[in-house]
Amino acid sequence: MVGALMKVQVVVMPKQSVLDPQGVAVRNALKDLGLGTIDSVRVGKFLELEFKTPPDEAKLEEVCRDLLSNPVIEDYTIRRS
Amino acid sequence: MKIAVVQFPGSNCDQDCLRALREGLRVQAEYLWHKQTSVFGFDAVVLPGGFSYGDYLRCGAIARFSPIMRAVVRAATEGMPVIGICNGFQILCEAGLLPGALIRNRSLHFVCKPVWLRVETGETPITAELKGKNVLRMPVAHGEGSYFADEATLDALESKRQVVFRYADESGNVTPESNPNGSMRNIAGICNEARNVVGMMPHPDRAWDRKLGSEDGILIFGSLVEALEPVVSR
Repeated sequence: MVGALMKVQVVVMPKQSVLDPQGVAVRNALKDLGLGTIDSVRVGKFLELEFKTPPDEAKLEEVCRDLLSNPVIEDYTIRRS
Repeated sequence: MKIAVVQFPGSNCDQDCLRALREGLRVQAEYLWHKQTSVFGFDAVVLPGGFSYGDYLRCGAIARFSPIMRAVVRAATEGMPVIGICNGFQILCEAGLLPGALIRNRSLHFVCKPVWLRVETGETPITAELKGKNVLRMPVAHGEGSYFADEATLDALESKRQVVFRYADESGNVTPESNPNGSMRNIAGICNEARNVVGMMPHPDRAWDRKLGSEDGILIFGSLVEALEPVVSR
């Protein structure tokens, strides 16, 4: 495991209260392609961060809140591998 | 009096803003590169339109952390007029100087066309001296211009008269058809509580000369200039 990098995955999704026109367009396309039972789609972002040593947890939360997401319109979740 | 036009990598309306100020109004205006750390010597700041930092992540998300923005936030807090146009509006929201956010147009299309704006308040530096006009014509040009805020924030904006412009028809009626991007309550521009920071999606910098199809934009910049130099201009 020499040189193995620690991966942190950040998922950023539009809040439920925010209209996601992209999700609606993708939903409609999926329906057209025959996925008839599709109800809704929401489109978000997936970021993979690699670290040589584990990040400072407080700093990680801070950058997720201030840069990687916009709390007015998005929620984020952090996953660690 | 000197007005700064900030240039981020990817700004593309910086020249339009500078020319509107210099040629349209004959006032002193200079570029301020995003790596600068001070707005010393300037009396107002314009954040122009464009695609700062390629609009990566979200529009304005990275520009918000550029060195000049620290100085702009400080100056804004101290009362300096700061005007954000299009991408500049998005940056002001990301920076927390204005509430809410600008999200993908409801149609998903980039919208580039002239619109009508109803002026909702004269109590901002850019709307105080509009020569009696309260419906203005100028273009929008954006893919992410749909104004979003939660209901509580929207109600607070209304009650404190912070909505500056709404998309309207030629007669000033605010209608769903005149809303080009799905903005909540047809909001096209807002100001902060102190009223010195104003953001707007439409482009006065693309409507400051008859050759551009409208001269209404010069009223916006002219109002700013009069706000800075009331004695000289009257």
